[in-house]
Amino acid sequence: MGSADRKPFDNPAIEWVDSRLPIFTMINKEYGVFPTPRNFNYFWNFGAIAMVILVLMLLTGITLAMNYVPHADYAFNSVERIMRDVNFGWLIRYMHMNGAHFFFVAVYIHIFRGMYYGSYKSPRELLWILGVVILLLMMATAFMGYVLPWGQMSFWGATVITNLFSAIPLVGDSIVTWLWGGFSVDNPTLNRFFALHFLLPFVIFAVVVLHVWALHVTGSNNPLGIDTKGPQDTLPFHPYYTMKDTFGILAFLIVYAAFVFFMPNALGHADNYIPADPLVTPAHIVPEWYFLPFYAILRAITFDIGIPFTDIVFIEAKLGGVIAMFGSIALLFALPFLDKHPVRSARFRPWFRIAMLLMVVNFFLLMVCGAKPAEGVWVILSQIGTLYYYAFFLVLIPFFNKKEPVKELPPSIHEAVLKGA
Amino acid sequence: MRFFILIVLVVFLGMNYAFAAGDAEKPPQMDWSFSGPFGTYDRGALQRGFQVYKQVCSACHGMDLKSYRNLTDLGFSEDEVKAIAAEYTVIDGPNDEGEMFERPARPSDRFKNPYPNEEAAKYANNGALPPDMSLITKARKDGANYTYGILVGYEEAPAEKELMAGQYYNKYMAGNVIAMAPPLSDGIIGYEDGTDETVEQYAKDVTQFLVWAAEPELEERKQMGIKVILFLLVFSGIMYAVKKKIWADVKH
Repeated sequence: MGSADRKPFDNPAIEWVDSRLPIFTMINKEYGVFPTPRNFNYFWNFGAIAMVILVLMLLTGITLAMNYVPHADYAFNSVERIMRDVNFGWLIRYMHMNGAHFFFVAVYIHIFRGMYYGSYKSPRELLWILGVVILLLMMATAFMGYVLPWGQMSFWGATVITNLFSAIPLVGDSIVTWLWGGFSVDNPTLNRFFALHFLLPFVIFAVVVLHVWALHVTGSNNPLGIDTKGPQDTLPFHPYYTMKDTFGILAFLIVYAAFVFFMPNALGHADNYIPADPLVTPAHIVPEWYFLPFYAILRAITFDIGIPFTDIVFIEAKLGGVIAMFGSIALLFALPFLDKHPVRSARFRPWFRIAMLLMVVNFFLLMVCGAKPAEGVWVILSQIGTLYYYAFFLVLIPFFNKKEPVKELPPSIHEAVLKGA
Repeated sequence: MRFFILIVLVVFLGMNYAFAAGDAEKPPQMDWSFSGPFGTYDRGALQRGFQVYKQVCSACHGMDLKSYRNLTDLGFSEDEVKAIAAEYTVIDGPNDEGEMFERPARPSDRFKNPYPNEEAAKYANNGALPPDMSLITKARKDGANYTYGILVGYEEAPAEKELMAGQYYNKYMAGNVIAMAPPLSDGIIGYEDGTDETVEQYAKDVTQFLVWAAEPELEERKQMGIKVILFLLVFSGIMYAVKKKIWADVKH
């Protein structure tokens, strides 16, 4: 960010600012001439798409907060007032509600791209880890945001998820009471969730800045997973990728707008339009779709873990489920250190490619399992899915490190592109 | 890769629907004027539906999120709304002597609830609370069809099904048991516009009214949506052309 090698601008106003704070020099360096691999496919749009959705969520969220009342007696009706009496309140609220869904769509595709093309590998480990931090923050933010309308699913979802902490030995119940600010999910819980739901997006924004900063130090990965070797391998970010991102963002927004305007409640649960009632438990308490795979892992551990054929139990089923669920995210943090294979892109890793695509199938399988009542075949399928999830990280990837054959890598991006690979 | 994505989607959707189980029958899939991207409400049906709500449903079900002023959406004039509101008496106050007093309702008042509080509502209905109708079609899965289904789905209980006093058999209700007596029967409401006075017609009209109550913004939303989607299609098309042009002489 030094300004020593700054080139003067022709426009006197821009030059006046830039010679005092070289912000235009920085923008030009990072988004103008920034050398970017020339062979991106459309999967590389989703970082920019997620960024746009984040800004959209912040803007609509702040506007909603101006009209929302964080009180157990008024929250539900204040949301309905936004929907009915606030000018364009329905639009802002539906944009925010569906924005959460599409934020996860964009981020899950972004994560898939990072895994499939090995973007987490050296030298981008920290970039990846910051990304997983963003995912965790998003999950916390989305969960607390879902509680705010104070419908039935809000209330009972909050009850189920906060109760997970009661599985912690010895101090679990005290922690849950502390989280609730009382002896059940109630007004104090709603108040703190609102405060945190307002705060966390700005924390996300800050971590996104670090994420992008780290990206601009190492430069982008690309579908071939090989390093750029010189200017013939890259294009300036502007206009090539500013234009491609603009198109990608607009295409994504078309799908998003179709949901906002024509089926705004298709991704949600009807039960959340019933005001929260602590005395009536819904038949099925189900989280939003983006949590379902993790919810399935949570419920897959239906057995105590201890010494077989004795009554000695080390980990009760409930705690086991909680550990398995948080562990599934922890494994994402560990991924760069588990995968030591020298090749990044799955295009040149035949075994990893199949395992990774199965991982996608598995993710959807777990999603379906999470939506179903935890009984019969769904428990077994959840267990198979959980087993594969863990085996992918802890068995397959370490095995591939040593044994996986490597397809011949192209010598450079430039040559691969010219050959039409 | 593309083929693979397609397979995943098909398997995912297939599993989701194949195993969707339930004890109630799937409600009849009706052809509503408000469904689809160009859907709008039928003003005649809304007004008839309001009549059904007013003369039948409102005996037990409140609509706390609606005000009389909202009825102008149904095609009533402001004077007609004032007259409708004035049919009800609400409690206001305290006045400057500290007393609560009764007065005719104004358009700015919420729909008058049939009960003073939830306990009174439960007491009058064998302990079952008649749910508020303001959001009912959004608060149930497949809300419009479900609401219609419940209204037309009363049947004689099969022999093996035992019903307690105050319970009725309804083929679209979860568990098939409902605490609401069949509210509609042919001819109980007199329509002025010559529309059929049948249970099916009443149910259709009042369902449309309830969908409007839950989603008063539906028409504005869909009309704006058409413009937004058209704009985005054109804009993204132009942006795609620009992108093509810029990338034209670059091998990638």
